[in-house]
Order: sequence, then C-alpha cells, then structure tokens
Amino acid sequence: MTAVAFDADRPWRLHERVALRPEPFGALVYHYGNRRLTFLRSPDLVTLVESLNNQPSARAAFDAAGIDAKRWPSFEKALTSLAAGDFLVLENAA
Amino acid sequence: MTALTDQLAEGLNSPICLTWEWTYACDLACVHCLSSSGRRDPNELSTEQMKAVVDQLAEMQVFYVNIGGGEPMLRPDFFEIVEYCVEKGVGVKFSTNGGRITAETAKRLASMDYVDIQISLDGVDEITNDAVRGEGTYARVRTAMNHLRDADFGQFKLSVVMTRENVEQVDAYEALAAEYGAELRLTRFRPSGRGIDTWHELHPTQAQQIELYNWLLARPQVLTGDSFFHLSALGEPLPGLNLCGAGRVVCLIDPVGDVYACPFVLHDNFKAGSIHGEGGFAAVWRSSDLFTELREPTNPGACGSCGSYDACGGGCMATKFFTGLPLDAPDPECVFGHGETALAELEANGGAIRPTVSVDHSKPVGVGKKRIPVSIL
Repeated sequence: MTAVAFDADRPWRLHERVALRPEPFGALVYHYGNRRLTFLRSPDLVTLVESLNNQPSARAAFDAAGIDAKRWPSFEKALTSLAAGDFLVLENAA
Repeated sequence: MTALTDQLAEGLNSPICLTWEWTYACDLACVHCLSSSGRRDPNELSTEQMKAVVDQLAEMQVFYVNIGGGEPMLRPDFFEIVEYCVEKGVGVKFSTNGGRITAETAKRLASMDYVDIQISLDGVDEITNDAVRGEGTYARVRTAMNHLRDADFGQFKLSVVMTRENVEQVDAYEALAAEYGAELRLTRFRPSGRGIDTWHELHPTQAQQIELYNWLLARPQVLTGDSFFHLSALGEPLPGLNLCGAGRVVCLIDPVGDVYACPFVLHDNFKAGSIHGEGGFAAVWRSSDLFTELREPTNPGACGSCGSYDACGGGCMATKFFTGLPLDAPDPECVFGHGETALAELEANGGAIRPTVSVDHSKPVGVGKKRIPVSIL
C-alpha cells in the first residue's frame, strides 16, 4: 500500500496495525505491517495522535488538543512523516 | 547526543529491542559465536516458563522480540512458542543458521504473520564463510535461502558479521540479498563468547572500517542493528540511535532466564537478574541495580577531551570489557586510533587481563575432529 501525502484538512487515524506504547519522552509507535518503529517525541504529540480519529480533520485535532497555533508547523511536520511511514492513514482508508 | 537519545539513555518502561535466546544448543561452532553456544543447558526454560515470559512481554507491550541462541529451531517446541508469541501480539524476528529450514518448515514459516527471519552467512563464498561457520555451512545456508524463496516467504534478512576476511565482500552480499529479494544486515563483530579469542585476528582493520562507514553512509537501506555507532565519530552519523543501548533500550534474556544488559555481555558483571525472581522480567528491567546504574549519565573518561565523544559516546561497552579495557576507555576500534593506543599501553604494562565468559556451552573439540584454522586465510 502506498502512503498518501499528508493533508491537515483531511481526517486521519492510526493504521489499524499500529500500536502505541507510552514512554517518559512521549511514545514508541510500532507498525506490525511494515515493521517500522518510530518515536513520538512529546506527550502533546501523543495526545494529538490519539485524538485524530475523533476529529473531522487534523487541523481540528490541533484545536481540540489545545495546541498553540505557533507550534502547528512542527506538529504538522511530525504527522507528515507519520503518514509517509503509513502509520497514519485517511479515515476512510481500508 | 540529541534530546531524544538523552531521554532514551535514562531508560524506558519496556525495552525497544529485546533479544531472547531460546537455547544454548547449536549444531555449529562458529568461531565468533557471541554466546559460546553448542550444548543445551539443562536449566533451559520449559515450554510453560517460555509462555509465561511471552505473557509478561505482551503485558509490557514489547512489540517484538529478537530470538536467537544457539540455534532456536533446535528447540522441539520452537513452532509452539513462535505461534504463542504471534497470538499474543509479540512479533517474532528470529536469527537462524538455516540448518532446520527445509521445504516443509519454510512453508510453515511463510504461512505465519509477524514472523521475520534473519539467516546468517559470513562469507560470499564457501572458503570465506566455512572458515568461520564450519565446513559445509555455505552450501547449507544457500539451500535454506532457496527453500524460503520457493515457499514465497517474502523478504527475509541476510545477516553478515563483518570480519577482516569478509568486509571487502559487501558489494557481493548486497547483490546476493537482491537476488533473493532479501534485506541485507551487517553486524559489528564484538569480542564476545568464542569471539573473545578470535576477535583480535579477525576484526576489521582501521582502513576497512573507514571504507565500511562510507559504504554504509551511501546505503541507508542496509540494516545494521545500530551496531556501528562507533563509526559515527567519522562525521555524518549513520542511521539509527547512535548510542549504547545496554540496559537502556536493549537487553538480553538468556536460555535459562538470566537477564543481561545486552547480547554481547554474557558475564556476571552485566547480569541484572533473572526472570525467576519476584516481579519477573519487568522487575529486572525497571528496577535492577545494574540497569539503574547503566541509565545514569556516563563518564566520558579518557574520551572527555575528544571532540567526537558526542557522536560515538565512547563506543561499545562489551568490546571494551572483553578486550580488557576499562569502561571509560576509548572503544578498541575508535576511528582515531585512541583504542589501539589504549590496548598497546595495556600490553606494555604487563599485558591486558581479558575477562572470560561466565557461561560457556561450547562443545568439547574431539580429537581428530576437523576444524578449519582461521590462520590459513
């Protein structure tokens, strides 16, 4: 499956074969499908990622998680890389 | 070190990468074997004890385990435990010498989810490989690889320990892996287990290491298990965390249930506890004295004045220990030669006192049994 480019205006969720483990620095994320491992490097990013699937768009999730707009670009960058690794998929994706 | 690696060095709720050796039994006697394997230990964990460990790993959300040995496929309950891991959501990546990969077992492995295979080969031709792994093993590994391909196993890993004799064959390994649609994994040779004796003659030279660094830098897709982080002192860091993960992000459970800081330090000094103790593996991981100590900030020691300490962190603990160097000395393979100088000083001062392994399951070498001496190469 080819990863879809991240777009903050669309709805995203964690891939169904992705597991997240809380750690002091944030969380470790593992994709059982492609066997990739990655790090969520802040607790805020963990909260954001976990809230994605209840929100109509990633941008709405930024708002709901109470993230300062100044920090959005860095969070958007993190989500872009998660989508590139297929950790995040579009809400309607299989 | 980055902010992330600083935090990782302070320890995690569960290991990122856990090596679990299932048996000390092995039908080979590789000259560099990190666990001095050969004979099964009578106290190896029973099937039920193995399953209890899997239950705890699942509870700790250990995503996958690296299974090794010995030769894990020699356990009669090998498939039963692999299936149990998969059922519990603990992915299995296992390392094998390929001897038990037949047409039938390859099909069985191919049918399982969450199972990855790493198959060991230490030379691209019979002469180079068999000198390290034993007579006939090159042909046997190629047969195993063919079985995996015929069974449509998919992508497996071809794993090579880098030695002075095989490091210049890297292009050929890359081509061989590509031929099978496999991933290539290169691992640093540490002086552990039977390697304590053979390392001094067989580890790559300085010039070979520098070539390897450039080769790896150009090929981020080649896996290394983060084992060459000492080479990052040369400049641009290699992909990976670039830190010694012992007791911080990695550890080892041995076949009798003892927990060590990493797979390369099977020595009492680095034994943190046992899964048989109260609280099991989780208690050892989270609160053993040894692991707590390893998570404290390290003293750069002799490397304090070197501008590259942040890049290499002083190198590999196991490699220093088993060559007789103190843990705050430079890595014996320090790219600036500081480790060689430190070793030479030890020799000049009456010789290095090299620790031996605390656990050795090597089979006795029978009279008249043919062993290929490494020195003929």
